[in-house]
Amino acid sequence: MRNGWSPYLGGFLTGVLLIVSVLVTQKFLGKPKYLGTSTAYVRVAGLIEEKLSPAASRLSYYQKYVPRVDWKVSLVFVGVPLGALLAALKNGEFRPHLIPPRWKESFGERPALRALTAFLGGFLIVYGARLAGGCPSGHGLSGMSQLSLSGFLTVMGFFIGGIPLALILYRRRK
Amino acid sequence: MELLLGFLTGLIWGYIFQRARILRFEKHIGLLTLKDFDILKFLLTGVIVGSLGVNLLAQFGLVTYAVKPTYVLANLLGGIIYGLGWALLGYCPGTTGGALAEGAFDGFFGILGGLFGAIVFAHTYDFWKAKVLTVGALGKVTIPSLLGVSPALAGIVFSLMLLGFCLFLEKKGL
Repeated sequence: MRNGWSPYLGGFLTGVLLIVSVLVTQKFLGKPKYLGTSTAYVRVAGLIEEKLSPAASRLSYYQKYVPRVDWKVSLVFVGVPLGALLAALKNGEFRPHLIPPRWKESFGERPALRALTAFLGGFLIVYGARLAGGCPSGHGLSGMSQLSLSGFLTVMGFFIGGIPLALILYRRRK
Repeated sequence: MELLLGFLTGLIWGYIFQRARILRFEKHIGLLTLKDFDILKFLLTGVIVGSLGVNLLAQFGLVTYAVKPTYVLANLLGGIIYGLGWALLGYCPGTTGGALAEGAFDGFFGILGGLFGAIVFAHTYDFWKAKVLTVGALGKVTIPSLLGVSPALAGIVFSLMLLGFCLFLEKKGL
């Protein structure tokens, strides 16, 4: 494959990254940090709320996850986008678009509909991940690697929710 | 140091995500419509390496675990809510920023939705904590602790099972 890697290579490197990251954070930060992403949204949400209404920062959830720019915020909102941008530019794959081609096949050219469903989808993935305690990185990769029961239950939930809805939504191709 | 480590980890991960096509909408929808298993192969290979690495390193005392507690109902329900959002958005919390950086501007609405989801979750957390996080709260349990076997052994067996599953997918041409 000239352009793009096999998912096995990408997954292998991700597993190595997880192990190295746990070793390095344990050594330098005193506590192991397992890869995970959805808490980053909570930290940033808390920072936004602090600006808008100081009363909100008294919420118990923000006591649990104190709003601040931490390891995960730096990883999710700075590191990953920049790494992806570098990879896309280097390989001539930066392609600006609002509507993914596969979406267009089922729903046609309707920018407002796509923006709205993306917003709603984003809302649900973070809301659901926070209720479950993690996303495919935190519960999937890190949780299942540690053979944690919560990881297996949550990943099962991802597919119980996702597969039927996707089969209905994307059944029709125009 | 913490922010630098997070940034570098994210930078590498974002690069891997882009190269392995994990940022693409059609890959996520392909998995949820059971047509394209690349995302699953990516995740499972990460878990094969991660599970071997983490459990063996822990055996030698080089890393410690950070197991997420199990809340049976919240894990499943949150997972299902996540799954519904996943089918709509076609990205996940960790990859949305990378997809945006690759030119998928619908990812921007996904991130906005995600931040809004985090805010609403923070305001409803006390409800879930009182009503749902109490159901099936088993603590930080892992599969090896439930079975009463050593984590290192369980890690090896589980990795072999996943490896077998990946070979099965390849054999079926999926």
